[in-house]
Amino acid sequence: MVPSMVGHGEISAEEYIASMFERIERLDLGIHAYLQLDRGGALDKARALDRRVKNGGRLGKLAGMGVAVKDIICVRSLQATCGSKILEGFFPPYSATAIQRIEREDGIVLGKTNLDEFGMGNTTQNSAFGPTMNPWDLSRVPGGSSGGSGAAVAAGMASVALGSDTGGSIRCPASFCSVVGLKPTYGRVSRYGLIPYANSLEQIGPMGREAESVWLLFEAIAGHDPEDATSSTEPVRPLRAGGVEGLRVGRIKEFFGEGAQPKVKEKVMDGCARLETLGAKVGDLSIASLPYSLAVYYIIAMAEASSNLSRYDGVRYGLSAEKGTVDWNTAFSRTRSEGFGEEVKRRILLGTFVLSAGYYEAYYVRAQKVRELLTREFTLALKKFDVLLGPTMPVLPPKLGEKVTPLEDYLIDINTVAANLTGLPAISVPCGFVDGLPVGMQLIAPRFREDVLLTAAVAFGKGQGLKSPPLAEAA
Amino acid sequence: MQAEAGLRVKIGLEVHCQLTALKTKLFCACSSDYRSSEPNEKICPVCFGLPGTLPVLNAKAIEYATMIGLALNCTVANRSLFYRKNYFYPDLPKGFQISQYDKAGGVAIASAGSVDVEGKSIRITRIQLEEDPGKLTYEGTIDKSSYSLVDYNRAGIALVEIVTEPDIEDAREAKAFLEKLRSTIESLGVSNGELDGAMRCDANISLAGGARVEVKNISSFKEVEKALNYEILRQKTFSGNASSETRHWDERRSITIALRSKEEEQDYRYFPEPDLRPIVLQPETIEGVKKTMPEVADARASRYAKEFGLSRQLAKELSANKDLSAFFEECAKLGGGYQEMAGLIVGELSGGLPAGASALPPQEFVGLVKMVESSAITRAQAKEALREALRTGGHVGDVVKQKNMSAVVDERAIAAIIDRVVGARPGALEEARGDKKSFSYLVGQVLKEEPRAQPGVVAKLLAKKLREK
Repeated sequence: MVPSMVGHGEISAEEYIASMFERIERLDLGIHAYLQLDRGGALDKARALDRRVKNGGRLGKLAGMGVAVKDIICVRSLQATCGSKILEGFFPPYSATAIQRIEREDGIVLGKTNLDEFGMGNTTQNSAFGPTMNPWDLSRVPGGSSGGSGAAVAAGMASVALGSDTGGSIRCPASFCSVVGLKPTYGRVSRYGLIPYANSLEQIGPMGREAESVWLLFEAIAGHDPEDATSSTEPVRPLRAGGVEGLRVGRIKEFFGEGAQPKVKEKVMDGCARLETLGAKVGDLSIASLPYSLAVYYIIAMAEASSNLSRYDGVRYGLSAEKGTVDWNTAFSRTRSEGFGEEVKRRILLGTFVLSAGYYEAYYVRAQKVRELLTREFTLALKKFDVLLGPTMPVLPPKLGEKVTPLEDYLIDINTVAANLTGLPAISVPCGFVDGLPVGMQLIAPRFREDVLLTAAVAFGKGQGLKSPPLAEAA
Repeated sequence: MQAEAGLRVKIGLEVHCQLTALKTKLFCACSSDYRSSEPNEKICPVCFGLPGTLPVLNAKAIEYATMIGLALNCTVANRSLFYRKNYFYPDLPKGFQISQYDKAGGVAIASAGSVDVEGKSIRITRIQLEEDPGKLTYEGTIDKSSYSLVDYNRAGIALVEIVTEPDIEDAREAKAFLEKLRSTIESLGVSNGELDGAMRCDANISLAGGARVEVKNISSFKEVEKALNYEILRQKTFSGNASSETRHWDERRSITIALRSKEEEQDYRYFPEPDLRPIVLQPETIEGVKKTMPEVADARASRYAKEFGLSRQLAKELSANKDLSAFFEECAKLGGGYQEMAGLIVGELSGGLPAGASALPPQEFVGLVKMVESSAITRAQAKEALREALRTGGHVGDVVKQKNMSAVVDERAIAAIIDRVVGARPGALEEARGDKKSFSYLVGQVLKEEPRAQPGVVAKLLAKKLREK
């Protein structure tokens, strides 16, 4: 991998990073994964790294790796947009803890990637700056909301990427773009510097083409942070030497339900069979409350979002739409009407509704109860099995601009939201292709057992050969 | 006014008290000392509400809130939660205030307490910990201003909100409650109520069970009495038919102005703050705070009555002042005459203890008390010596010597003075026979003639004279 090549002087970090920007120049016009590049800053850091190699200085574990960062994670002095007009001109004066840790290990931030506005979506079409295209088929979506990060990694426009996952936003684009994407255990990675959509659900996580590089990035960003009261001190365990030998894999029946496309289900069943040949023991199970997870997820996520997004009022930073002299209420309304996109407004309205007096008990409180029930059921299931399995996305990547109702759109998150509601770590690994389009397999492990997920992902990826999108191969 | 049939006044208070003893804000490391700062100088990404930042709880604030809870006889919760109170306002950087709540599954840090005010118990509903918003400055007044300026220095300052039941019946009682509350909190050393805006209060007022009117923006306790009296009078002119609304106390004009009716009342959409863990206080922790926290005035007063035999009234007056109490205890270590000692302290030193080079050494003070106790000098002389010493910065002992102070204990000499005073006032003795006031007057006249006479001896001899006649 890149760090050892840079460390051994096999390639210079500057050449490597420069080549990455050349690739971006050639490919990103068609893909639109990046919203903003930091070529100057990245090359400066690469040159400094090369000097250190020459002088025999200590190198970090990510030395020379080019990291694409979802534009909802703050990087000091790079604009943060969240894919929204409302943050116009906002340059955070701090870097997220995850970014600080990456830089401490000599990873190099290349730029900020596209996303659904504030992370709300699964196609990256809800970006105020236009959609991102799927590198495997430019007429299709890359998934979302970390679609820019998924596409950048898939097309070789970054060594690895950071995404954030509130209800599947890392795993969905990982599945649609055929890359590995990990949503860590809640509390595993500091959320400091992650602009919130739904605080109790989301985590920053790594994405990459190989499981090994995803693990490397994960180890760098994981760990307790005094700036995040919800972050955990639980140590990260090393990968298992024995691979998946004897690993108890539980297939969740509900993940293979009616809503899933038959060909997608077949592919994942094939993946399951492959795990068996690698030594895993596969069984079936059912999680009774799973059918409620989508409703519970959207109630909680929208409730938290409605509160999180209140701060964008045009007074202190970002867009201020009102230039005349009006009362503050009118000024706030105008800024928010102009600054937020349709999906964000929908979720703010619904979130405001479910928290309103008279409805709070019926929606929010009840949703939290079901969330607890779901967590109990998953905890129980993970006593019988080491990992739980199913398709990440029940469908193949949809066409760009395909007309769907918001509800139909929400439905494809059916398999990913449970990991967020329960706080469990989950990963999506590439699991073959249907009609030339990627399929992803999802694994879920007990709390703080990312090591089990990555052990399985490494074993599963071995000998599969690394496929690249045709256009990226040509580049 | 109370006599007017059916117009019983019910007042409940919501007191906001900044924990000014904290060095930093409630959820960030910004300095809490903002009063001398330029606007928007004491802010950081957290208290300015920049996106992506997270609150980190100030552990000392929990301890202070626990102390207040215990001092106000509340039950301190073993597990309480932070909630978000959502509303839009330009002084609120995040669009919500991190607070606590006692409904919808919420638990405040302390609840169900009481404060004894002039023999009456005012119930405390709850105490909650929350962050202060920023501050708006209006051009002119709130209802006429064409713009306002926002200063976020105050945003994130730790506040304790103390909510009472509607047990208060008039403005005077409200003021007494607030004074008691303030002295209690000050004696804990967690807040200095003298700082501008450190203690503010909203009041809920209803007349004769009529509609509840909330008056906001009472920025100091001085204003409370004025605001309440104004509001009670205003509601009385409506014969108790005031409508349910929120009003704003305009300090400059000394009136309340309608802000909004209760129908337009905000729905704050409370829900648990997901960025903070619950506050967990083990019973041992709460016990630990109880053991180490400074004694509050009430507890001190009972101890003084018990330990030093002070009269209830004197014990109460002395213990209400933390500095005087400390001085008293220093002196008490050196010897007896506690009642005399406490009386002199409360009577002569309430204006503040001299500090620095002119400080009053306990030994000197106790020496003075002993002179009174042994009838070497009179109480009046002791007071005079004390005043003189404090004025000039000299020693009390020296003043006593210089002024040649000594009590006249010779009863015959005093009897002679009494005869002289009575002789000059024909009929005065007859008047004094049945009337305490006239009796005291005569004692006073004798003391005027001979200030060194002991009042007790004078009274005794005068009484004897009355019996003789």
